[in-house]
Amino acid sequence: MEEYPVIVEDVTYSYPTKENVLKHISFKVKRGEVLGIIGPNGAGKTTLCLSLNGIVPQFFGGRMSGRVIVAGMDTLEHTIAELSTKVGIVFQDPLDQLSGVATTLEEEVAFGLAMLGFPKEEIDKRVKKAIETVGLKGLEGRSPYELSGGQQQRLAIATVLAVKPEILVLDEPTAQLDPIGKFEVFETIKELAAGGQTIIVAEHEIEELATFADEIIALYDGEMVLKGQGKRVLSSVEKLKEIGVDPPSVTELTYVLRNELKISQQEEYPITLDEAVKLYGEVFK
Amino acid sequence: MSDPIIKVEDVWFQYSPEVVALKDINLEINTGEILALIGQNGGGKTTLAKHFNGLLKPTKGRVLAAGMDTKETPTHMIVSKVGYVFQNPAHQIFMSTVYEEVAYGPRNLELSEEEVDKRVKEALRVVGLEGTEEMHPYDLDYGKRKLLTVASILSMDPEVFVLDEPTTGQDHVGRRVLSDLCIKLNKEGKTVVVITHDMRFVARTVKRVVLMADGRILKDGSVEDVLYDYETLRKAFIRPPQVVELNLRLGRFPERFLTVNEAAEVIRNVLKPR
Repeated sequence: MEEYPVIVEDVTYSYPTKENVLKHISFKVKRGEVLGIIGPNGAGKTTLCLSLNGIVPQFFGGRMSGRVIVAGMDTLEHTIAELSTKVGIVFQDPLDQLSGVATTLEEEVAFGLAMLGFPKEEIDKRVKKAIETVGLKGLEGRSPYELSGGQQQRLAIATVLAVKPEILVLDEPTAQLDPIGKFEVFETIKELAAGGQTIIVAEHEIEELATFADEIIALYDGEMVLKGQGKRVLSSVEKLKEIGVDPPSVTELTYVLRNELKISQQEEYPITLDEAVKLYGEVFK
Repeated sequence: MSDPIIKVEDVWFQYSPEVVALKDINLEINTGEILALIGQNGGGKTTLAKHFNGLLKPTKGRVLAAGMDTKETPTHMIVSKVGYVFQNPAHQIFMSTVYEEVAYGPRNLELSEEEVDKRVKEALRVVGLEGTEEMHPYDLDYGKRKLLTVASILSMDPEVFVLDEPTTGQDHVGRRVLSDLCIKLNKEGKTVVVITHDMRFVARTVKRVVLMADGRILKDGSVEDVLYDYETLRKAFIRPPQVVELNLRLGRFPERFLTVNEAAEVIRNVLKPR
């Protein structure tokens, strides 16, 4: 298996109706790592996510230059169907993901597998596993429409996981959810990450993202303006502010106080609450 | 002291015999207040807010909006006093230009075209959408469309603004713009009620917070009182803003700061060389 299941090389893309939505984007994701994508609305986050299983440009048309290689496959040389078995995408609104035909959770998760022609025993096994993984065990017989938002989003993740994709892509999976729902979905993502799943996640909830992303890229107006280790990128407070992204509050606070705290500008700031408690605990010992 | 602009008295509400959405709610909101309704989905926030202008009527109890009993007053009379901005702009927008959309409300109030024109211009100015009059609402990006829905309520010049989850789906800049807009409306004398899940937004925007869970009011107090009541928030599965959590974990500062800037000021004062 490839060391880097996702390789994006100098990708520039225009929709038929909108020019240069992505401009010269290049990055790689290491197997088992989590890449966070941040940036304001309209920066190209969703388009980038959709380019990872070929929907962009195959379904939307438009012009793309550069290459996207996922699980060793060039997205321009394989069908969306082939790519979809390797790259699972979870959308912002779980209702966009559900088939609308399944009357139970179990059927919903089985639906995609049945479409792919898996034998019944294999489907049963995978459905059970996927439902367990997202913490919905016990609700198998429930209608997908009788679930809370957080449960629906976890169901959407289960339908994607059942296909056992090498790469899991989540496009603002918590944007429509209340705090419980956000918590549930983040817990699920963290567990998957701990289990070695390769994950790409676009998020506005930076304080949460900070606790589990290995690498982060920041997009602005189609350009990748920051790229690197999560702590490095989130410590780039001025740059983030410039593109309209709020870093974690504790990061911004420490940046504001860097002179008083005698932290040089080249250093990194705490990006999680625990790190901040440690730093300020020592300062005020 | 004048009567509260919204008065909720012993209100119960049932969607069906099995679903009791509000349980014995008592709440008074005074003219000029700016407050947030927080709590999980299904806790009763939107159900309560829809009682403020008669979109829903209590099963038991009474709601007075600008002195009018919502059960006995035709809804169109109340909505000119209490405006409701829906969560999803698509549920509100239906005209084909920005101007027409904002003009719809005041025209329904049977104002003169001259007055309608004045109100549309003023409303678009307040939300920062001047110059988009002839655009189609759906050619605006999501954030601006949200501002348009606020403008189309503003043009009716209500005394109370209810905004239902304005921050959902917004990026950080969008959230800040909406926070500034709420503060501005409040400064212009409007009473503002915001339903939101975003505690950073709450901390920077409002003065009072009402926390709901399971159809009841769990806590009603100043923004500091509520956001620093970690135990009660935890029961409702809500995390306070990160700087509040930092303050609580450090247990070092008596000041109850809520935002990054407030926290920086407090810490800077302590760090100052004596």
